[in-house]
Amino acid sequence: MPIIKQKDYKTWKKFDRKRDLQNWLCWFLGTLIFSFCFGLISSKTIWFYVFDSHNEALDLLGRMFPPETNYFLTLIKPIWDTLNIATIGTTIGTLIAIPLAFLSANNTTPSKKFLRPLALFCIVSSRSINSVIWALLLVAVVGPGVLAGIIAIGLRSIGFCGKLLYEAIEEIDENQIEAIEATGANKAQIMTFGIVPQILPVFTSISIYRWDINIREATVVGLVGAGGIGIELDAQIGDLAWAKVSVILLAIVVAVVFSEWITAKIRRFIL
Amino acid sequence: MNDKKVIWKRKPLIKNRLLRIGLILLISTYLLSVFLTTEIDWQRILEGIPRGKNFIFAFFPPDFITRSDEILAGIFESLWMTIVATIVGILISIPVSLGAAKNIAPKFVYFLSRGVITLSRSFQEVILAIFFVKLMGFGPFAGMVTLSLSTIGFFAKLLSEDIEDINKSQAEAIKSTGSSWFQWVNYGVQPQVMPRFIGLSLYRLDINFRESAVIGIVGGGGIGSTLNTAFDRYEFETAAAVLIVIISIVMIVEYTSSHLRKLIK
Repeated sequence: MPIIKQKDYKTWKKFDRKRDLQNWLCWFLGTLIFSFCFGLISSKTIWFYVFDSHNEALDLLGRMFPPETNYFLTLIKPIWDTLNIATIGTTIGTLIAIPLAFLSANNTTPSKKFLRPLALFCIVSSRSINSVIWALLLVAVVGPGVLAGIIAIGLRSIGFCGKLLYEAIEEIDENQIEAIEATGANKAQIMTFGIVPQILPVFTSISIYRWDINIREATVVGLVGAGGIGIELDAQIGDLAWAKVSVILLAIVVAVVFSEWITAKIRRFIL
Repeated sequence: MNDKKVIWKRKPLIKNRLLRIGLILLISTYLLSVFLTTEIDWQRILEGIPRGKNFIFAFFPPDFITRSDEILAGIFESLWMTIVATIVGILISIPVSLGAAKNIAPKFVYFLSRGVITLSRSFQEVILAIFFVKLMGFGPFAGMVTLSLSTIGFFAKLLSEDIEDINKSQAEAIKSTGSSWFQWVNYGVQPQVMPRFIGLSLYRLDINFRESAVIGIVGGGGIGSTLNTAFDRYEFETAAAVLIVIISIVMIVEYTSSHLRKLIK
């Protein structure tokens, strides 16, 4: 942080000249990239619609506003389905994630050369495909309905839970395992008495966290036909029944807030 | 008399026996009610199996060539969308996160900013995208707006938590020199949260790319539109190619961003 002498007084600046120039260059390049990208997007945009969007938004709000409250009764089944998709999906996902995590953790994997990369690949590919895309795939295979949603959420959860779980397994206390080993325990006994108790708290909190995320995701898998409240949302938007859409949106917000509240409760109870 | 063996048993997870049995009962009733209330169309699943097989076989080999123009265009569009949305989202998030930090903002601003964050977090990107596509027309602009808005909820929440954790004495030292509010934020707060700021930006860039693959399905432009079109045409070979491209780009982005984050730390 240099002090710069000007004609007759000294002044302080945060950076010296070289660093200043570097910063300006970075900003310049950043702006250049940004405007280049924005130009490309803008060339594919019909600006008339964008500038008109506030009118459209007001119009939409006006149509949504008195929400059709008695429509809520027909929503109970889809909400129940959504909760089931999230819950059963999380259960399936975590159950599959457990063996994968053990295979991909450095200290428990049976073969570093073959099985570990394979398990890691499963985890990464499950993580990088969004549950809506999984749902899109599964709807084509098992047909529209709750089952596709459950499997989609399950498949997406494998990667998330698997990654966090195998990182937890790699960080366990080796001394405890050595103590179990010293009693003459075999591999399976080391697993159940040495490793599992150490990762159980992490496992619980990961599953609860994923369940909370899955409630949100389960609201949208229906948009591609995979069951739950998303199907209703898609249908009502298609019908332009905006007074019903606002009820659905409210129901989604309530479900999300409810799941957040319940996860906070369980977390406090268990941990 | 001495032939009684002493056996050790592991302690049960839940000590209270009543609670244990109650929980098991509760879970089994729940599972039963789920099983009874969900309709599963086994006929349709049987019909779907050959289609599923086709899809899996489509990965060997995937067809990158027939629709290569569309795939390339989709990916580049996704990339532009991601970059612009991340930058715009972060620019909006900065004032919001300053407002949502308890130690900086007055009560009124604090609650307003927290409200903005909660609102942005409670809707999935896809749902937001549906509405923006409706309002602004099909194409990457609607997708970009969606991604920027959902960036706010994520970015502002985490950044404001970091701002709340800053070292107060450093900030006070700047204040005691008689700095204005902007100087105070610029010299007292900003240097302290900078590492986290960069880390979060890279992380969000990664997330936004992944999400851009989805919002295309509802008309938000990008690689998602390409994927959706491929599915609609039952061109599973192309869909497989698109999926492989998405997975590999996500892997590259994730690898580089985690590498960069380690470098910065």
